[in-house]
Amino acid sequence: MLELPALGWQSIVIFVVFAVSLLIATYCTYAERVIAAFLQDRVGPDRAGPYGLLQPLADAVKMFTKEEFFPGGANKALFVFGPCLAMITALMSSAVIPFGNNMSFGNNAFFLQGIEVNIGMLWVFGVVSLGVYGVMIGGWASNNKFSLLGAIRAASQNISYELAMGMSLIAVLMISGTLSLREITLQQSVAGEWQFWNIAKQPLGFIIFLVCAFAETNRTPFDLPECETELVGGYHTEYSSMKLGLYLFSEYVNIFVVSAVMSVLYFGGFNFPFQYELRDWLVSNHDWTLAGAQNLITLLGTVGLFLKIFAFIFFFMWIRWTLPRFRYDQLMRLGWTILIPLAVFNIVLTGGLILFGVI
Amino acid sequence: MQLTNRAKKLEKKPMTLAERAYLPAIFQGLSITMRHFFMKKATVRYPEEVRPFSAIFRGLHVLKRDEQGRERCTACGLCAVACPAEAITMVAGERKKGEEGLYREEKYAISYEINMLRCIFCGLCEEACPKAAVYLQADKMAPPRYERDEFIYGKDRLVEPVSPDERSVRGIQLTPEQADALRNKMAQV
Repeated sequence: MLELPALGWQSIVIFVVFAVSLLIATYCTYAERVIAAFLQDRVGPDRAGPYGLLQPLADAVKMFTKEEFFPGGANKALFVFGPCLAMITALMSSAVIPFGNNMSFGNNAFFLQGIEVNIGMLWVFGVVSLGVYGVMIGGWASNNKFSLLGAIRAASQNISYELAMGMSLIAVLMISGTLSLREITLQQSVAGEWQFWNIAKQPLGFIIFLVCAFAETNRTPFDLPECETELVGGYHTEYSSMKLGLYLFSEYVNIFVVSAVMSVLYFGGFNFPFQYELRDWLVSNHDWTLAGAQNLITLLGTVGLFLKIFAFIFFFMWIRWTLPRFRYDQLMRLGWTILIPLAVFNIVLTGGLILFGVI
Repeated sequence: MQLTNRAKKLEKKPMTLAERAYLPAIFQGLSITMRHFFMKKATVRYPEEVRPFSAIFRGLHVLKRDEQGRERCTACGLCAVACPAEAITMVAGERKKGEEGLYREEKYAISYEINMLRCIFCGLCEEACPKAAVYLQADKMAPPRYERDEFIYGKDRLVEPVSPDERSVRGIQLTPEQADALRNKMAQV
């Protein structure tokens, strides 16, 4: 039996979360291409390995072996720092997401979560907003007007949509009364009670959050900072080799994180229907120990959460190959004159419903 | 001025609430792309899967032999005349005594070349040939090559291959010298 202190178990969890985020982001590049192909009646990459599953490796080799180019007059330190920051912030935000409930082996009990903090949601928001600096620094350090313009577009878009996103979140916090993501998850399923996921209580808030999530991760239809078909390439025009790879990669990590956050906030996180009934049934009818049954439930819940996350990632890609890009003024009008008032209305509505005891 | 009465008068109506909300249109679009997700894919995975040729496809040329294995071509030059791309050149020669098993007519093509880069695969050579010697095969294409001169197909690659041994199997009278000559000829090319 492994005798590790609690921190030891937790550090393993942190490492696994880190590795899994990277792995999923890697295969997002493959999924993006295959889904794009399927939506366009093609078959996508299928040459590298069975079903093209080694394509991400081939892409990585390509990225690493390309020429590393520094534009003249660029601020070298910041030029390198930009993509690093984008990647670091993207990875940091997955630390607080509860990927599963608690597990226990003998006396060792631990959460399937990097760090359990009571300000989990604030942490995610704080770190995600730092991601703008990666874009901004990269665009500014390139010593290129177009990069700078792209960076400014990215920054203003992210800041605009963060407002509506934060406000749609406040409605969730009003219901749950906590910032801890684990607490929010646990509240969405209570043993022996008929409890709905937050999506049933916050449909409007969810739609606002979803739209803002698209804008925050620079995905179509809000991919104006990049819009490779219109601009030269946005803030990463001057980037090549793996530094460009890091920017593209951080986008996929962000998609993964924001999908996880949406699953946790609105779709019950690691809960799945009839989990407590299953646990009690195992304990009473099959002589399982309570801890063993709970471990099984936790693992199943983790699988369930990942299914929810994959569904969201698929949705992100599905939207990308369906909708055309917004114009910049349309983007700003949607953010400031529609989503923010809607979010405020949602707060008032939620407040009223809580006041009259409906939810 | 109105040229036809087909012009449609368009009115710019204000958008309805459903149109302005944008969400119904998004769901419509999503359903369309999802339909395409499950549709049959147009891709042909080429090396593993080959798109079938049409029965009347005009592909790579072949110089046919007659039923006794002799070359049919008599180097009359009608194919070269008919060729709109001027892709065919040939040198005519006289059949020597003892070569009756090789060439059907008294005159034959010493060399016969088709430049596949010039050829437009129109099939006029096939139509022009009075001896039914040149055909465009329906199941073969001129494959890609690295060098331009590799696209000039000589008799070595055009004439229907028949090995000397196969000829004897098919009951053609070849003297030993003739068979040796043929073997040497094929070894050279």
